[in-house]
Amino acid sequence: MTKIDIIQNVYEKLGFSKKDSADIVESVFDIIKDSLSQGDKVKISGFGNFMVKEKRARRGRNPQTGQEISITARRVLTFKSSQVLRKTLNG
Amino acid sequence: MNKSGLIEALSNKLNLTEKKAIDVVNLVFKGFTNELKKGGRIEIRGFGSFVVKKYGSYTGRNPKTGTKIKVEPKKLPFFKVGKELKDRVDRKK
Repeated sequence: MTKIDIIQNVYEKLGFSKKDSADIVESVFDIIKDSLSQGDKVKISGFGNFMVKEKRARRGRNPQTGQEISITARRVLTFKSSQVLRKTLNG
Repeated sequence: MNKSGLIEALSNKLNLTEKKAIDVVNLVFKGFTNELKKGGRIEIRGFGSFVVKKYGSYTGRNPKTGTKIKVEPKKLPFFKVGKELKDRVDRKK
């Protein structure tokens, strides 16, 4: 499933034009991305939570060469699936 | 931001009625859930992708008591962040 399929779904089920459906779906992801980019979390009940985590700098190793490298502090995005979603998948 | 925040932001941004915005947001995430239930993969360019990983049955332990327990086979959803969003979250751009 890609964005095209979601747009098609919105177009067929909610009565928007194709152009509007595309704009709407694009906006949904833009809003989520903007929120996460600001470090805010996005919680979708029944689906899961997207959270930004701060990672501290640490010493790492190149697994291939064994050489020590420093990994700088960074922010990463994590997703925690909701219990409802996990139940649905295993139901 | 939670789901109602997303609905409100969508409604404001595109001048949609709240009812329509609710329908859109529910449709998007219901669609995701259905696709994952079918075992399909979701790929949203610029955002990320979702896959379902399957785990076989194994014998685990209750970490508190040490009792052996059988863990049934299960499916778990995973999200891999797309490059564009990964960089934005890390403020590289």
